[in-house]
Amino acid sequence: MWFEQVLFFVAAIGALAGALGVVLFQNPFYSVLSLVGHLLGLAVLFLLLHAEFLAAAQVVVYAGAVMVLYLFVVAYIGGADEPLHPESGGVAVFGPLFAVAIAVELCIAFIASGLQALDTRGADLGPAFGSPGQIGELLLTDFLLPFEAASFLLLIAAVGAVVLARRRRGLEDEATGPMRGRHDDPPTETLEVRV
Amino acid sequence: MDITWYLVLSAFIFAIGAAGVISRRNPLVVLLCLELMLNAGNLALVAFSRMHGGEAGQVFALIVMVIAACEVVIGLGIIVAMYRNKLPIDVDEMSELRG
Repeated sequence: MWFEQVLFFVAAIGALAGALGVVLFQNPFYSVLSLVGHLLGLAVLFLLLHAEFLAAAQVVVYAGAVMVLYLFVVAYIGGADEPLHPESGGVAVFGPLFAVAIAVELCIAFIASGLQALDTRGADLGPAFGSPGQIGELLLTDFLLPFEAASFLLLIAAVGAVVLARRRRGLEDEATGPMRGRHDDPPTETLEVRV
Repeated sequence: MDITWYLVLSAFIFAIGAAGVISRRNPLVVLLCLELMLNAGNLALVAFSRMHGGEAGQVFALIVMVIAACEVVIGLGIIVAMYRNKLPIDVDEMSELRG
């Protein structure tokens, strides 16, 4: 099974490089593009783990739809150059240190755990494992309540996004004053007063 | 490949995402790093589902993807609202959600 190992290492290196690119690129546009590469690497790993439907959903929904949303917003706000003022010393040192600590801790937990099944290639699988039919059957039988809750959550998020990002008239004029962005009155009332 | 390889990879991705959330200041990049952490969790869930031979872990991963999509939509809405109000796009400067 050398082909599986080669594919795993190629996909893993791609996913890790994409993740590093997200953090290290200064321009948010390149960060989004490298996250797309990371997601494609993860989709290959999902395929290696026999999660076919999940890999397809990852490519279509995540790398396709969600990343396009990111790209639109980055293009809209113009990808502001990050270093407004130089990075303070504390966070710049503490962040990578915390990351190394958490990686070492998790690796110790995985490698030194007594789970025997971690050192195998996994249980024996039927031919339909991870197919859309199986996932759909589980979603509509065992996980019906989380499925419905997720659909409600998506509806709430869509409505919330419209409420958050809609253009409120009266905000743009006052935003240039010293109290920018802070309003004691709701913007609709100020509009009525002016009319 | 052993399941341990996948789990160690997911630990590394999670750590990289956590470092980004702590040290980056652009809220767009912070959201991207949150995606990294959620994806690391997804990879671990799918690896465990492969280990046990049941698809429940894959359904969990699907639900996590739904949560991530909701979080992205709300986060990007807040960022667009910040931009509209001419607030600085910087998580250090942003300390209140009013207005």
